[in-house]
Amino acid sequence: MTASTEVGVQFEAVHGNVRPILNEVMHAIDKLLDDDIPTTIDLSSLPFGPGELDKLEATLGEGELSAQLDALGTSRIRETTYPGVWWIEHHNVNGEVVGRYLEVTRLPDILSSQDADIMAGRARLEEQFK
Amino acid sequence: MRYTPTVGEILQAKGVSRRGFLKYCATTASLLALPPSMIPRIAAAIENARRPSVIWLSFQECTGCTESLTRSESPTVEGLIFDAISLDYHHTLQAASGEQAEAARHAAMEENYGSYLVLVDGSIPMGNPGFSTIAGISNYDMLMETVAGAAAVVSIGSCAAFGGIPAAKPNPTGAVAVRDLVKDKPVVNVPGCPPIAMVMTAVLTQFLTFGELPELDKHGRPVAFYGTTIHDRCYRRPFYEQGKFAETFDDEGAKAGWCLYKLGCKGPTTYNACATVKWNIGTSFPIQSGHPCLGCSEPDFWDKGGFYQPLSTGHFGGGAKLAGAAVAGVALGAVAAASGRKRQSKYTKEA
Repeated sequence: MTASTEVGVQFEAVHGNVRPILNEVMHAIDKLLDDDIPTTIDLSSLPFGPGELDKLEATLGEGELSAQLDALGTSRIRETTYPGVWWIEHHNVNGEVVGRYLEVTRLPDILSSQDADIMAGRARLEEQFK
Repeated sequence: MRYTPTVGEILQAKGVSRRGFLKYCATTASLLALPPSMIPRIAAAIENARRPSVIWLSFQECTGCTESLTRSESPTVEGLIFDAISLDYHHTLQAASGEQAEAARHAAMEENYGSYLVLVDGSIPMGNPGFSTIAGISNYDMLMETVAGAAAVVSIGSCAAFGGIPAAKPNPTGAVAVRDLVKDKPVVNVPGCPPIAMVMTAVLTQFLTFGELPELDKHGRPVAFYGTTIHDRCYRRPFYEQGKFAETFDDEGAKAGWCLYKLGCKGPTTYNACATVKWNIGTSFPIQSGHPCLGCSEPDFWDKGGFYQPLSTGHFGGGAKLAGAAVAGVALGAVAAASGRKRQSKYTKEA
């Protein structure tokens, strides 16, 4: 495939769609600190021009903690350089992005072990004793 | 009657963990434009839902809608939805043909009478029944016979929704839309030429999840996807506001990615989700590729003047209407947003 830059088309991340999201993140941090209410921002429902999503990701940066979930494809859960602000990307089994979110929370729910899985695991463990 | 497994059982059999299921539900909430707080309710509903039977009828069409769905690199979320339905008849995809295929359709209708979904792509020719037939049955007869026991009908693509290209002037076959004929069943229009695969599956997901069809606009389209114009959600809109327009396809404005309004973009009058959901696994959409929106999800888009004529100078009238269209776009966007919030709060209250 020929990249747009190779055919002389110049795009810059100048459409102004990053700044409003950073503002929303700041308000979400306040909500978490003041009222203990987490926020999820669904990035797939917002307009982004070429390069703007990369700019948003670069602006938020990579923080201290990251995790990978392997269920129905890979999910990357990464705290940004702003504690409490998590960049979450769900991929399908073909590696395509099927969901992209910013979660402003202390710990994204999907990282917690789920009761149904714990019970299924216990049952498997019990099989070892038979 | 054969046993119909629940979606939860299907996923469990496939070894999907609870975390994986929650990931699926998060993507589904996003797909249906519902708030993340709805995820637990979606999880409970999907887990216990049983596979609905789906009969897909193809009439005067180009198979582009089926191509859109099946050639979309099927992200897992859509794959799962299709695992969760029972596609009992689709004459392009099914192995059976002729009498066997028709027998499968009749069996699905009989077994699921009153609860199956009918998906239709293509318009119906009313000029002469012989213009388009399947197994010797006219499109009209097949449609009316099949919808008789349906819970609801979904018109896939602009041809089924509005008549589309077959109905373009002078409409030689007398093509009509499904809604022109089916009056006693709920009909959801999912227009586009073709529609976005994710939008098609979202309608099925809504039915599967909540046992109901989505909220519709005046053209019968799901508000979640057709509630705002392409222009409202276009990343190039700031250039429209700044008065920066591409004047030709190869000028400096075009290279800089400025607004394509003057090149005939129908984004301000077109309601669809291309600007956010995008195409080709979320890679791009026509405007991002440097081409104006053709307005393919609007009724009679083929007959609305030149694709490359600006809205302000073309079929829609003079400059005064340009400003009117822009204002109407903003106002309608606000109404749609309010309607979307109302819809979200409805579900949130019920949760």
